[in-house]
Amino acid sequence: MARASQSKNRKRSSKAPRPRARKRVTPSEDQLLEYYKDMLLIRRFEERAGQMYGMGLIGGFCHLYIGQEAVVVGMQKAIDDRDAVITSYRDHGHMLACGMDAKGVMAELTGRIGGYSKGKGGSMHMFSRDNRFYGGHGIVGAQVPIGTGLAFAAKYKGTDGVSLTYLGDGAVNQGQVHEAFNMAELWSLPVVYVIENNRYGMGTSVKRASAAKELYRLGEPYGMPGEQVDGMDVLAVREAAEKAVKYCRDGKGPYVLEMMTYRYRGHSMSDPARYRTKEEVAEMREQHDPITNLSKVIVHAGYKTEDDLKKIDKDIRAVVADAAEFAQASPEPDSSELYTDVLVDA
Amino acid sequence: MPIDILMPALSPTMTEGNLAKWHKNEGDEITAGEVIAEIETDKATMEVEAVDEGVLGKIIVSEGSENVPVNEVIGVLLEEGENAEHLTASETLASMSANAEIRGQVVNPSVDTAAVAVVPSPRPKGSEMKSIGASSMLTVREALRDAMAEEMRNNENVFLMGEEVAQYQGAYKVSQGLLDEFGDRRVIDTPITEHGFTGLGVGAAFAGLVPIVEFMTFNFAMQAMDHLINSAAKTNYMSGGQMGCPVVFRGPNGAASRVAAQHSQCFASWFAHVPGIYVVSPYTAADAKGLLKSAIRDPNPVIFLENEILYGQSFEVPDDPEWTVPIGRAKVVREGSDVTITAFSVMVGHALKAAEELSKLGIEAEILDLRTLRPLDTETIVRSVKKTNRIVSIEEGWPVAGMGSEIAAIMMENAFDWLDAPLKRVCAADVPLPYAANLEEMALPQIGDIVRAAKSVCYAE
Ligand SMILES: Cc1ncc(C[n+]2csc(CCOP(=O)(O)OP(=O)(O)O)c2C)c(N)n1
Ligand SMILES: [Mg+2]
Repeated sequence: MARASQSKNRKRSSKAPRPRARKRVTPSEDQLLEYYKDMLLIRRFEERAGQMYGMGLIGGFCHLYIGQEAVVVGMQKAIDDRDAVITSYRDHGHMLACGMDAKGVMAELTGRIGGYSKGKGGSMHMFSRDNRFYGGHGIVGAQVPIGTGLAFAAKYKGTDGVSLTYLGDGAVNQGQVHEAFNMAELWSLPVVYVIENNRYGMGTSVKRASAAKELYRLGEPYGMPGEQVDGMDVLAVREAAEKAVKYCRDGKGPYVLEMMTYRYRGHSMSDPARYRTKEEVAEMREQHDPITNLSKVIVHAGYKTEDDLKKIDKDIRAVVADAAEFAQASPEPDSSELYTDVLVDA
Repeated sequence: MPIDILMPALSPTMTEGNLAKWHKNEGDEITAGEVIAEIETDKATMEVEAVDEGVLGKIIVSEGSENVPVNEVIGVLLEEGENAEHLTASETLASMSANAEIRGQVVNPSVDTAAVAVVPSPRPKGSEMKSIGASSMLTVREALRDAMAEEMRNNENVFLMGEEVAQYQGAYKVSQGLLDEFGDRRVIDTPITEHGFTGLGVGAAFAGLVPIVEFMTFNFAMQAMDHLINSAAKTNYMSGGQMGCPVVFRGPNGAASRVAAQHSQCFASWFAHVPGIYVVSPYTAADAKGLLKSAIRDPNPVIFLENEILYGQSFEVPDDPEWTVPIGRAKVVREGSDVTITAFSVMVGHALKAAEELSKLGIEAEILDLRTLRPLDTETIVRSVKKTNRIVSIEEGWPVAGMGSEIAAIMMENAFDWLDAPLKRVCAADVPLPYAANLEEMALPQIGDIVRAAKSVCYAE
């Protein structure tokens, strides 16, 4: 109960998330640059994906992560190779943050053999066992019990691993999320539930979908601590992530982090965007952009000049251009692939 | 090289749209990610963002233009140090046609999908083992428990979870004694949370454990259908073969006795429909044990359909803990020359009794215990029909799109010329199962129904 009331103090308006005044461990120059590059890679990758979608090179649904980069980059910095990551269909950023190759991700988007799923999964269904990325799940909320199962396995095997299980603000209304919360606390499973509150599930705002307004408190009835975090601030995310991951690793059970964030683009590529105002989007982009804001920190600290950052951007754009080229040059899967991978050969 | 800005599509089906607005003028500097234009269709509007940085060298399609084809060059971006002179018509045209070509690419499978409409999934390897050595009379219940216990001794990663499986010893006492032997780390009572624990089991399997997930009955698995199909069955395929899911979902299926519609349903054909899983439904205790052991050892998800009525029935079971039964093989449990009868689970018992009555009438039925419903053992069914030229399919499920429908299709595709009579199905009545004893009996396949169907395909009325 102490935990629950503790988290009450963290209540904040969902409108304009601001970093909480806290004593920060100042990250080193190298760390800041790493966060910057990682976020920028996601941004540039997604812009390119959007463009390629517009050219008809990418089919189906394509959910871009632009605006939310700080969440996944900050979380990723708190974990190591014991840990597992799982999320929904808005997964490109998570995969890049997990260290998956931009080429393989982009080639999956174009449905080519060079993609992580050999072109059979597409944007919403990608995996990399090597990078401990467990998908990429297209059914809203389904990744939550599965991610809880990853934590169950970590505990069963005694690996000290933690499962980072991401879900949207819309997904929290799935019954299975609460079923998973219950089991996670009941069995003290090492899972951090990262709720990416980007204010909308498709066109429905949190206000119109959830009777509970403080999503970080959804684990409270089960005794799970929760915290609301400025998800536009990579440093705030990282700090919260370290605390939550440590809590899980110490065997204390699951933890909820609600990341206040924003997606700049539509829900998927075809989104009429009539549910929010242009001003709202502009305000977030102009005043809360995680990448612009971090660049200011870096320049202000004197670590890099604007020109240096331009050079970094150029390098990253080259990486993305390579990925795009690979994704177009890689052949479509051979017709023989139609019948492979249905079952694992015993 | 100048970079073409192309008319983007909002969706894969969009072919043209209106260029509503340019946010930039010729000569304006553009940074990557900046909104440069707005396009619209009757359904939506979209902002076009620059992917590269540079200067908007030329606007080719002016704002307000309607019905602009997707991928048409609408403007040109100049990189540092370039000027408008770099823009030659030929360059622009060349890049346009290159893009058109990319867009025109379609999947062109050389496999003629129409011609190979039915490509059943392969059977797992392994062949029928002759049981050698001693055997004992065991109930199906004990055989299932022994299978789990042996595999749990074999493999530390195997664990059992479900409602009442541990302290209560199983709602139907199938897991009797397992908590004592393996402890609560490996025999886990879950809350009543089918959707949740099924998903959790799938996640544990992705992470390398081998969960045995018990459904108190399969009726409750409907709450977990999404994870069974979307998560367990499809993920290996969607991951290009990376995400095998070694899990067994087991529990009683079909009608028990007098528990009415919500607790009495056969799910065999539901699951058999789905690629990416195996579906097993044994009759004897020996098959229950041998198949459950195979299911636990198999790297794929297996739906293991048991039957409450069979739990207490006893059969000879080999003692050898290494004895298993391969998934994917039907078994001829009674040889006969006049008519083939296919059945699975509790219906095999009915079929055997019907065969005795038929024998008195001079009709020798060959009974096939299907044992596995996905993949169906087409070969064994067809071989039998080539001998008997007649076939009756028995199942406890409903007729529409049932296992019998599938077997009828197999007959059309593989044994049409060998049939001397149309296939007959014996199924549950096409109604929710009634509670009243008399109506329940009418609704479920009875021995008399099987006899009548067999006589009818033999024209022995
Ligand atoms: C069970 C289910 N219902 C509906 C959908 C369709 N759908 C896909 S995404 C989505 C909105 C989810 O919003 P949220 O959880 O906030 O995630 P976000 O898209 O904002 O990242 C919906 C309704 C689905 N994929 N699965
Ligand atoms: Mg959302």
